[in-house]
Amino acid sequence: MNSPSSLKGLSPRSAFFVALATVSAGVLAAACQPNTTQAPTTTGGSPASSPAAAGNTVKIVSSLPMTGSSLGQTQTIVNGIKQVLEESNYGACTGKLKIEYEMMDDATAAAGKWDPAQVTSNANRAVSDPNVVAVIGTFNSGAAKLAIPILNTANVVMVSPANTYPGLTKPGKGEGKEPDVYYPNGIRNYARVVPADDLQGAAGANWAKTLGIKRVYILDDQELYGKGIADIFKSTAKNLGIEVLGHEGIDSKASDYKALMTKIKALNPDLIYFGGITQNNAGQLVKDMRNVGMTNDRVKFMGPDGIFEQALIDAAGKDAEGVMATFGGVPGSQLTGTGKTWYENYKKKYNAEPEAYAAYGYEAAQVVVQAINKVCKNDRAAIRDAVMATKDFEGVLGKWSFDANGDTTLSTMSGNVVKSSKYEFSQLLKAQ
Amino acid sequence: MKRWQSSLLYLGVAYLILLIGPLAGLDIPRIIGDIARSPDVLVQQILVGLVNGAIIAIIALGYTLVYGIIELINFAHGDLYMLGAFASLTVVGALGVQDGAPLQSSLLPMLAALVVASVFCAGVNMLTERYAYRPLRNAPRLAPLISAIGVSFIFINTGLFWGGLRAFFPIMGANAAAPKSFPDLLPRIDLLKQFGIQSNIAFTTKDLIVLVVAVVLMVSLHLFVQYTRLGKAMRATAQNRDAARMMGINVDLIIALTFLLGGALAGAAGLLVGLYNNTVVFTMGFTAGLRAFTAAVLGGIGNIIGAMLGGVLIGVLSALSDQYLSSRWTNAWVFAVLVIILAFRPGGLLGEKLQEKV
Repeated sequence: MNSPSSLKGLSPRSAFFVALATVSAGVLAAACQPNTTQAPTTTGGSPASSPAAAGNTVKIVSSLPMTGSSLGQTQTIVNGIKQVLEESNYGACTGKLKIEYEMMDDATAAAGKWDPAQVTSNANRAVSDPNVVAVIGTFNSGAAKLAIPILNTANVVMVSPANTYPGLTKPGKGEGKEPDVYYPNGIRNYARVVPADDLQGAAGANWAKTLGIKRVYILDDQELYGKGIADIFKSTAKNLGIEVLGHEGIDSKASDYKALMTKIKALNPDLIYFGGITQNNAGQLVKDMRNVGMTNDRVKFMGPDGIFEQALIDAAGKDAEGVMATFGGVPGSQLTGTGKTWYENYKKKYNAEPEAYAAYGYEAAQVVVQAINKVCKNDRAAIRDAVMATKDFEGVLGKWSFDANGDTTLSTMSGNVVKSSKYEFSQLLKAQ
Repeated sequence: MKRWQSSLLYLGVAYLILLIGPLAGLDIPRIIGDIARSPDVLVQQILVGLVNGAIIAIIALGYTLVYGIIELINFAHGDLYMLGAFASLTVVGALGVQDGAPLQSSLLPMLAALVVASVFCAGVNMLTERYAYRPLRNAPRLAPLISAIGVSFIFINTGLFWGGLRAFFPIMGANAAAPKSFPDLLPRIDLLKQFGIQSNIAFTTKDLIVLVVAVVLMVSLHLFVQYTRLGKAMRATAQNRDAARMMGINVDLIIALTFLLGGALAGAAGLLVGLYNNTVVFTMGFTAGLRAFTAAVLGGIGNIIGAMLGGVLIGVLSALSDQYLSSRWTNAWVFAVLVIILAFRPGGLLGEKLQEKV
């Protein structure tokens, strides 16, 4: 009689909760399983613990904005990374090492673009997973500023396919103590396969000069990337004898720029240069510029690679015709040699034209995999050093090396113009 | 604080502004020189500001209406207007209207978009009221406010999802989150040139349509609230809910009606902005909402004419700041004016004069 009476004391309602609690506890335990089988997670900053982690699995993560309108670009970067890993069968050192890949999102829906808190949390997650040996990312230079120092103290290497802010690597090109502030342990752990803005801004100004531009008005989106590139464009343009009518930052959240464009129109420029990204309202700028009567045959609109994507054309509609964009590299369709083979493969595999950064995503993953192959064990510091020491690398972009700062030695860029709602390659540009 | 103390405080603020003035571009002689050199630019910017202000004012009406009745700052309103813009874009796209289509072929689709967007937003707003605000009506005031912020996030994500439905609506473009181009449908005939006045000032039919729609909406709303039976019931509910209920007014129905009206206005504003700025993006509600809310506060929240005044004031101030200062200071400048006005008139420009809150 005893045991049934204790059951009777349980009302149907609480019985339900007990059942629920049991089930959820089971689910939780199952969810925790992968973590408990791994080596105890050490707090970030003690890289020496990594050999303890079984040793035959390494993990590459990417931290890119996968929510928001950068998605067009970042998805093709991820495609490029996956292509590399599939080609190596997710393994290295003839099967001795297994390579895992995880895609992290550093954007939030509320922000519509990269979010500082998300970037930091991604970096910390990467550091605390002992298998992670390399991060591919970030897409935005502002995000790199936050991620590099966190990864640096844990000796995790970061290779960016898209950051172009000079101050991340080049002494004297940024502000104050840049770039040393990003490398607290004194050893460089960051490299990029794309040329920096000090080259791209200059290439833009050179292009404007060859097109016969005489009077330019410069705008920027007040972000690290946009303002940096606009400043370089400005100084180069001045040196080339182009008259700079003004330079100001825009409110990237404004719903329209008619007042601003009315003011610019009165100054009678023949080019408006916008240092910034599509997500900071470049499309609306183009629209309102045309709205107040600055037609493409009289006033051109030029921007950096931040507007070199289909999203800009979707945003600006028919007004996008004639918009010019520089790109710190060459579009996939213009690559030669191995690059051409890659371009064909990509198109076959994903059944789409690769966006501008796809080749750079592919190249970044190649460099990392190559370094893992050299080191052949789960050793963060050794893989970092191997990546940073990349010399005469024969990749899809051509033959290049990382210099002492972690910058690529490539400097060929391209100018692209929107024709019938598509960016078309226009000409090769030189930064000098 | 005594009167002389507060005067001293304002003097101090004025002195500070003069000090940092040149930094912020507040150098008066240069600005006066600019205006003297080209007065038509000033006129042009005031026109630009007027039209932008009218748009802000239409959105501000939604805030003011709801606040007037249940004293809730409906933070979701800006994002509801964004959903209205998406609804309009969907209708216009589904009816196959192309960029730059002539008015004969685009008029009906535009009217259809107006009806669909208004009905859609009115319905969504009523449902929101029923399920997110009504259960909290007697809760502490912060509870419905938080609820409104939550609804706002739901709307933002709905917009993001909606933008990704290119399989059904090709007009949404390749990328869910990217700004979408709204077809340019309103005729753009320069009115001044049409009347034979040669000048550098452009005032097109597009601007005129926005102004006229805004004024008509506001005047009819004002008349509705002041002179109809339902309007009277709304005002009674605003003054004292319990007393109104005792007088036989169905308070729940009246509040639902207010949300219906506010939603319909948001839908109409969504279409109007789509047609005027030609861009629709899922984040557009936040900034627009912030500005509209500011306009409502500036004019005296709960006051319809005040919302219009506040909207126009913000629009013109921003345009002038873009022209004569630098656009990077525009927001700071607009909100500084807000602070100063509220310091002198805490109830907003028209807040104290009119006792009634609707």
